[in-house]
Amino acid sequence: MSLLKIRQLIKSYKAPGGVRHTVLEVPEFSLEAGQQLALRGASGTGKTTFLNCIAGILRPDAGDIELAGQNIAIASESQRDELRAQHIGYIFQTFNLLQGYTCLENVLLGMSFSGPANTQQATALLNRVGLADRMDYRPGELSVGQQQRVAVARALANRPNLVLADEPTGNLDPQNAQEALQLIREVCRENTAALLLVSHDQGVLDQFEDCHDLAEINKAAKEVAK
Amino acid sequence: MTIWMIIRNSLRHHALSTGITAVSIGLGCGLLMSVWVVNFQTQRAFKNVTGGFDSILGPRGSQLQLVLNSLFHMDSSPGLVKAFDYRLFREKYKRFYNRAVPIAVGDNLKGYRIVGTTLELFEVEHSPGQKYELAAGEKFIQNATQWNKEAVIGHTVAVQLGLGINDTFQPYHGLNFTEGQMPHKDIYTVTGILKPSGTPADRVIWIPIEGLQQMDGHDPRFAGDVSAVLIQMSDNTTARAFGMNSLDSIYNKGTDHLTFVKSNEDVVARLFDQFAWAESVLRWVAYLVAVVAAAGVLASIYNTMNERRREFAILRALGARRSTIFSVIVMESATIAALGVLIGFGVYAIILLVAEGTLRNEIGVSLHPMEPHKVMLIVPVVMVAFGALVGIIPAAKAYGTDVSKNLTPQS
Repeated sequence: MSLLKIRQLIKSYKAPGGVRHTVLEVPEFSLEAGQQLALRGASGTGKTTFLNCIAGILRPDAGDIELAGQNIAIASESQRDELRAQHIGYIFQTFNLLQGYTCLENVLLGMSFSGPANTQQATALLNRVGLADRMDYRPGELSVGQQQRVAVARALANRPNLVLADEPTGNLDPQNAQEALQLIREVCRENTAALLLVSHDQGVLDQFEDCHDLAEINKAAKEVAK
Repeated sequence: MTIWMIIRNSLRHHALSTGITAVSIGLGCGLLMSVWVVNFQTQRAFKNVTGGFDSILGPRGSQLQLVLNSLFHMDSSPGLVKAFDYRLFREKYKRFYNRAVPIAVGDNLKGYRIVGTTLELFEVEHSPGQKYELAAGEKFIQNATQWNKEAVIGHTVAVQLGLGINDTFQPYHGLNFTEGQMPHKDIYTVTGILKPSGTPADRVIWIPIEGLQQMDGHDPRFAGDVSAVLIQMSDNTTARAFGMNSLDSIYNKGTDHLTFVKSNEDVVARLFDQFAWAESVLRWVAYLVAVVAAAGVLASIYNTMNERRREFAILRALGARRSTIFSVIVMESATIAALGVLIGFGVYAIILLVAEGTLRNEIGVSLHPMEPHKVMLIVPVVMVAFGALVGIIPAAKAYGTDVSKNLTPQS
């Protein structure tokens, strides 16, 4: 049974002038538990919108997004918050770490909305990503590569079934990007979490056995390409 | 735990504005509690300062002046009760009261009043169950055939003037001390020091009434006169009312040269009534400070909302519910108010200690800063609730944060 199943997904935005502009039109998409899939897409092809709809951050205009047996598309705001807290880990291109908090606190916050925050578990995750000696550092005191690792640890903190990664290496140099990608894939595997990664970086996409063009899935992206 | 982590972090991040806002709440809170408690305790203390006497007979004049002069040892003396009137009161009207103690004033020692009286004064309970007790020495000698130039001094006098047993002093004429003034020739010896009583008696030097009446330099024609007579009425309610009403008729309606204060407590109450407006103004100022402080909490948190939109969006992306974000802001606002309340207790303690010291030194009346009062529970609870209430406005703004729009860093 698929972990994530999407049918007839449509998402549009109101463009200046009042005309609605469709950015997502996905007739069908699915992801198996533990699967690691990369989606290739240029800028403006709806990569982030697609992930945000799956995460329940955006509500689609139409269609179904089934995650762990629940339809996010029709769920209430609080149900979507709950689903996100329980089942999804999100790695952002800009990391989105909370600047006023230490690395440990950032990871604790990642797990605290799905249940009681476990300091031991958060410490173990930071150890796993190689930041055992940076627990009390704030993001601003870390290198970009280290910040990315904190973001990975935080995404895994709630033991999600699905990790969404939006251009996770977009801000890293090639060396760090390679290491970060390897880490994300390993940690997801160890935690039996499925990984859905979107990127336009061919170097990243080449690492995945399972890689598709977003345009193959998103009809609206094809229109953009034309 | 998560909510507290977020609140703690935000307060630390905005430490300066949090601190300033908390201090302003502390001022409002401390002022409110102080105004209330000082007013309550002062009124109670002043009403209790009857020295154990219900009424006063004195020369014709203001009842308030008579009470202030006779019981609080403040203000000028309104005059004298002639020896004849005093004798008449003691002999003819004895049936209307239980006890009458004469006092005579007119001299001081470095500003502290010297009051002539009889030993009977020390037999009266100045407060329920409490008489003036000696901390050291003994009372002055005074009986039908003999009186000595001896003095029993109040605790404050002993401390402030550094007087001890067997020390001597020469009284100065008048109720106020003037530097360079020549003292009377009479030399008095301190025979006793009273324990602190928390009453104006702590600031008094008691001597035999004959000593004051016959002091060197005083006009011998007035040697039998007294300044006032402190009266203790009957314990029996009916007899007490009868005595009071009778003396009221005899002196207030039947003579034109004497005043009878029916109830010392009523006179003090009327005094406070006259100053009720001042207490009301102070209270409104305190309300205003508290409201401005609460508005400060609102402004302080509201101003951070824009910079915190991304933080809220990230927390939402991590699974935080809208209600969680709402609660964080409301509780943060309440926490600032609670910090302010803690500061308020400090402000309250400072104001009460200063007021207590001033009243004790100037009038001899004691306040009890540590005594609990319901306002010390009501004001903090209302302030924290008010803090939470004003937090609803920024919380509503945070509640409506659009997650997807605010996840991207804003330049």
